[in-house]
Amino acid sequence: MDVTSQNFIPLTEAALDDDNLQEALKQLSGRLAAGRTAGVAELPEFDQLRVDARDIKNHVLQHLDLYLDAFARQVERQGGTVHWASDEDEARQIVLDLCQSVNAKRVTKSKSMVTEEINLVPFLESHGLETVETDLGEYIIQLRGEKPSHIVAPAVHLSKEQVSETFFEHHRKLGYNEKITDRGALVAEARQVLRAKFLAADVGISGANFLVAETGTIVLVTNEGNAELTTALPNTHIVVTGIEKIVPTLEDVSTFVRILARSALGADISAYTSFITGPKRAGDPDGPENFHVVLLDNGRSEMLGGDFQDMLRCIRCSACLNHCPVYLSVGGHAYGSVYPGPMGAVLTPQLATLDASKHLANASSLCGRCEAVCPVMIPLPQLLRQWRNKESEQKLNPMGMRWGLKLWAWLGRHHTVYSLLAVAANQVLKRWPRQANGFIHKLPALAGAWTQHRNLRQPEQGTFSQQYRKAGGRRV
Amino acid sequence: MRSAEPNTVALFVTCLIENMKPAIAFDTIALLEDAGYTVVVPANQVCCGQPNLNGGDRDNAIATAQRVVDEFLRFDYVVIPSGSCGGMLKHHYPELLADNSDYRDKSTRLAERVFELSQFLTEVADYTPSVVNCEAVTYHDACAGLRELDIKSAPRQLLNQAGVAISELQETESCCGFGGTFCVKYPDISAAMTERKVQDVLSTGANTLVMGDLGCMLNIEGKLHRDGHGVRVLHYAELLATGISTRTKVDN
Repeated sequence: MDVTSQNFIPLTEAALDDDNLQEALKQLSGRLAAGRTAGVAELPEFDQLRVDARDIKNHVLQHLDLYLDAFARQVERQGGTVHWASDEDEARQIVLDLCQSVNAKRVTKSKSMVTEEINLVPFLESHGLETVETDLGEYIIQLRGEKPSHIVAPAVHLSKEQVSETFFEHHRKLGYNEKITDRGALVAEARQVLRAKFLAADVGISGANFLVAETGTIVLVTNEGNAELTTALPNTHIVVTGIEKIVPTLEDVSTFVRILARSALGADISAYTSFITGPKRAGDPDGPENFHVVLLDNGRSEMLGGDFQDMLRCIRCSACLNHCPVYLSVGGHAYGSVYPGPMGAVLTPQLATLDASKHLANASSLCGRCEAVCPVMIPLPQLLRQWRNKESEQKLNPMGMRWGLKLWAWLGRHHTVYSLLAVAANQVLKRWPRQANGFIHKLPALAGAWTQHRNLRQPEQGTFSQQYRKAGGRRV
Repeated sequence: MRSAEPNTVALFVTCLIENMKPAIAFDTIALLEDAGYTVVVPANQVCCGQPNLNGGDRDNAIATAQRVVDEFLRFDYVVIPSGSCGGMLKHHYPELLADNSDYRDKSTRLAERVFELSQFLTEVADYTPSVVNCEAVTYHDACAGLRELDIKSAPRQLLNQAGVAISELQETESCCGFGGTFCVKYPDISAAMTERKVQDVLSTGANTLVMGDLGCMLNIEGKLHRDGHGVRVLHYAELLATGISTRTKVDN
C-alpha cells in the first residue's frame, strides 16, 4: 500500500493553515459526532449490540478459515466465482484479467476502501479501461486527482465552492456551461453525468461491508443508490473486499446494520442496504451474468493470533475518525494513508511497513475517545501503544526518546538521585530568567516545544517532599 | 498502616504534583483528614510508569509497576489526586502484570484499593465537603480519568455539594491536547486542540476552570496565560479545600 506518512509533519502544518479544511473539519465534527451522540441515545441496547458485534467478530476471527471456506462454497453454489488474492498486486491483476476476459472498455465502481488500499482505479486506467467512481464524494476526488480524506465521506475536506469549480472544469466539455453553486444542483448534475456511465458500463466493481458465510451473500451499505446501479446494470459484477468482512449468518448482519450507520452519523440505518447473492438467475429481470468475489489478504492473515488481531474487527464506520481530536485538527490527507485517523494509524503499519508509517502511532494523545465510540470495541489506544513498543524494539523511534525513557525509569529506581535532580530542577525553573508573573515563556531544547504555544507555570518553592519534610510530615 | 489503623490512606503524590504544584497534595491531605482519615506518605514513590507505557517502553513500565505494587500494597487505601496516574495503577497495572505469576494477584489486589481522590471521597468516605466561596466554574473531564476510571459524576457531586455551580463546556469530553509527551512531539497539533478547549472555556463565561489532572491543567493554563486570558485554573482539591476552615498545611 502506498503511504506518504514520512511527510506527516509538513502535511499537518499545511493542514493546520488551510482555512477551507479547518472549516470542513469543524462541520464534520459538528455533524457526524453530534449525530452519533443523538443516535446512540435513542437506542437503549446500543452498548449490548457493541458487545454482541465484538463477540461475533471475535468468533469469526477464531474460525476464519472455516467461514471463508463456507462463504466461498456458497458463492460458487450460487453461480459466482471466488478469487483469492494474497497481496495487492495479485488483486489488481485478477480484476484486470476479469475485465479483459469480457472485453470490457468501461467500468463503473462504487465506494470501497479496499480498492483504495490496492490503488485499483489508476491501475485499470493505465490498462486502457475507463473507470469511473460513482459515489459522489469519490467521483469528486477522482476528478481532482485526490485520495479520500475520510473512509466514509471521501471528499469531506472540500467546500461546496471547490466542488463547484471542479465540476465546472470537468463537465464543461460535456455541455454543462453554467457554473452552479447550489448543493442540490451540483448533485443533480453529477447524477446526470453518472447516469450515462452506469448505462454504458461493461463491468461494475464494488466492495462489501459484510460477507455472509451461510448464504454467500455480500451486503452493501450505502446512501446514494450508486452501488445498486453499479452492481445491477453491467453484465459483470466484481466484488473486491478483505477476508475479514465475514459474518456467519444473515441474523448476524442485523446486529451490524443496527450499529454501523448509527456509529457513522447517528442514523438508524443507511438509505440502502443491499443483499446480493450470486449472478442473475433464470427468471430474474436484471442483474449481472457474471459474479466474481476477489478476497484480499494483504497482511490480514498475519494479524490473526497476533498483537493486532482486534483490528480485524473494524467495520470501517469512521466513528473513531469523527471523534479523534488529531484527525479533526489535520484531516485525513496528512496521515499519508488511505486509512487515516485512529483505525488508520493502527492498520497502516500492518498493510505497509512500520518504518514507512512513521509518526502514525505516535501522533495521538491516547485520549481514548476512539475506543469509547468504537462499535466493535477495538482497544485502539492499546494497539497504538503496541506499535510504539515495536518501534522501540526495532529502534525506529528517536534514540533520544528511548534513552530518555530508560533514564526516567532508572531515576524511578534511584530515589535519592531523583530527589536531588528534582530539587535542582525546581531551583532552575524558580530562577528562570525568561518569565513574567510566575509563568515561563521560553524554554530551550525539547521543552521549547511547550513554550512555542504556551507558557509554563513556575513551580512552587520546593518540591512536595521538601515542603512536607519542612512541615514536619513523616514518610513511611 | 494496615489493620492497625483502618482509617489510614496512603497518598500517591504523582510526579507532576511533587515537582510543580505541591499545594494540590497538601489540599488532598486536608480533604482526606477532613473526611476522617489519617494520611501517610510512603517514602519510596516517584512515577507510576505512564511515560514508559505510552512511549513504547513496556519493559520499564512493568518494572516500575512492580516497584509501586511493592511499596503500596501494604495499605488499605491508596488515594491519587490524578485520574491519569490513578488509571495507571487501577487499569493498566493488572494488564501489564497479567503474565507475571508473582505480581498478577498483587496488582489486582492493589487495583481494588486504589482510588482517584474524588471517587474515594464520594464512594468510600461518603464525604460532604464544606461550602466554598466561588463564582461559577467550568469543568474539564480529563481523558484518562474519564475513560479508564469513569470519573464523571464524583467531582461534580463534590463541587455541587460545596455550592459551586458548574457551567458545562460544550465539548467537556474532548482532549485538551496535553497527552504527555504528545504535546512536545507534535506541538502544532497539540496547540490546535488546546485552542479549541480554550475557546470552549471562554464561551462559558466562567472565570475559573476546574479539573482533576495537573498535566491537563498546566497545558490549558499555559495556553490561557500565553493568550492573555485571565481564567484561573484549579484542581478541584484546591477549590474544595478552601472550604475547610481548619485547613492547615501538614499538622503533626
